[in-house]
Amino acid sequence: MFEAIAFYLFATLTIVMFTITVMTSQALYAITAMAAGMIFISAFFFILGADFLGAIQIIVYTGAVMALYAFGMMFFDTTRDVVEKRTSPQIVFVLGVLAAVMVVVIFVSPIVSNNIQALYPIQEGVGNSQAVGMVLFTKYLVPFELAAVMLLVAMIGGIILAGKKMDKSLTLMAEEEIGSMDESFEPQEGGH
Amino acid sequence: MDVAFIIETIVKIVVILLVFSALAGLGTYFERKVLAFMQRRLGPMHVGPFGLLQVAADGIKLFTKEDIIPQNVVKSIFKIAPVITAATAFMASAAIPFWPQFTVMGYTVHPIVADINVGILYVLGVMAIGLYGPLLGGMASANKWSLISAARSAAVFISYEVITGLSLLAPLMMVGSLSLIDINNYQAGGITNWIVWSQPVAFILFWIAAFAETGRTPFHLVANDHEIIDGFGTEYSGMRWGLFFIGEYANMFFISFVIAIIFLGGFGDGTIAGAIQLLLKVAFFFFFFLWTRAAWPDVRPDQLMWLCWKVLMPIAVINIVITGIVMMF
Repeated sequence: MFEAIAFYLFATLTIVMFTITVMTSQALYAITAMAAGMIFISAFFFILGADFLGAIQIIVYTGAVMALYAFGMMFFDTTRDVVEKRTSPQIVFVLGVLAAVMVVVIFVSPIVSNNIQALYPIQEGVGNSQAVGMVLFTKYLVPFELAAVMLLVAMIGGIILAGKKMDKSLTLMAEEEIGSMDESFEPQEGGH
Repeated sequence: MDVAFIIETIVKIVVILLVFSALAGLGTYFERKVLAFMQRRLGPMHVGPFGLLQVAADGIKLFTKEDIIPQNVVKSIFKIAPVITAATAFMASAAIPFWPQFTVMGYTVHPIVADINVGILYVLGVMAIGLYGPLLGGMASANKWSLISAARSAAVFISYEVITGLSLLAPLMMVGSLSLIDINNYQAGGITNWIVWSQPVAFILFWIAAFAETGRTPFHLVANDHEIIDGFGTEYSGMRWGLFFIGEYANMFFISFVIAIIFLGGFGDGTIAGAIQLLLKVAFFFFFFLWTRAAWPDVRPDQLMWLCWKVLMPIAVINIVITGIVMMF
């Protein structure tokens, strides 16, 4: 009974949160609703007994959405509504419906054709995180390592793109030094 | 799932809520007294014996103050932000074993609300959500100081979270479990079995990260009074402002419990002596938070990021590699 109550509660909350994310024109509402929705999803993992995945869902998405807030802070005045430029509502509607139908088909077709089978039986006497580790480092070792290499490439790329003048600190420099450092970067009259 | 279990869980939740809300209030009193003695003052001393009732006076003041919602703020986010800080602090405590199990009238009580087998991940993950309070409060109030504070809290979050995770990895590799009770039982053999002796580097790193996690003084840049007024709290008044403080002080207590359990043996073998030792360790870590505030200046945001990414993270990674090599051979 508790599982059913918890499931319907969190299902409703998740759907409401993601609806707000899509419908609102206020950037702060959108990001906050998305963070809340992501955290509510972790409840499903806890209900299913996958504690490890639930905790990871919380940790990963709080960090990931925090980066979105940083972008929101830089791009918008978050206390105002964002005015969107909609040239053709019909095209937006058609594309949106098509995308939604496609996602449903992708996820439903294996269930309809009964192709989902649990190949790895649940091991008795093994904790949740150990079970995840065993599958991750045996059956899914290659995808796991590939993902790790891709993340490493992304990280190195990020460092190279962002870290052109990492040895210099703008905070510790005098105004003239900053001006002479880069011709394209000119501080405004009167400094800060 | 029987009725006794449900009643027991509800009682535990209520007890933890009451005890730690009261402790959070008392924490402000301890902080003022400790800071005062270190600065050769007397601190609160007029209200009640030794100024103890100052806590009650502050509470009444906060509860009865007008709750002002300024113009131009994003109302619902502004209202919910302090609740996030306070609520997540208490939610995180669900997986912390506060005391060894004991028997009352033939009924064994486990003083932990939910003994999930990924305890430490859950505690740190939910504690991390607590930083959404300052972030949302800062972004929702139409105030430049608050916005700077929100930007800082995002930067602090991204920096310290790496250190917390990486520094914990090495002790967790030794224990082989994420449950705080398993970690405690691993060190049940007495003072020589404490993880701090085999993982001193991880201990120091985690301790430093705990200061960033709770936003205490060397890393108090989210609400640095002399730079950005009160940061995210500038526009808040009354109980909403108080909720931020309850969250902060409750977090200090809970992170002290976590440090004591992971590195300093926790409640040991589960006797009364072990339980009292755990409380003493927690009291020491709480005192250390106050001590640091009296003794150290604040760092700048860029210094914090430099420290986290260029100093602490490489040390944590090297610590993990060395632990792995030692465990392998």
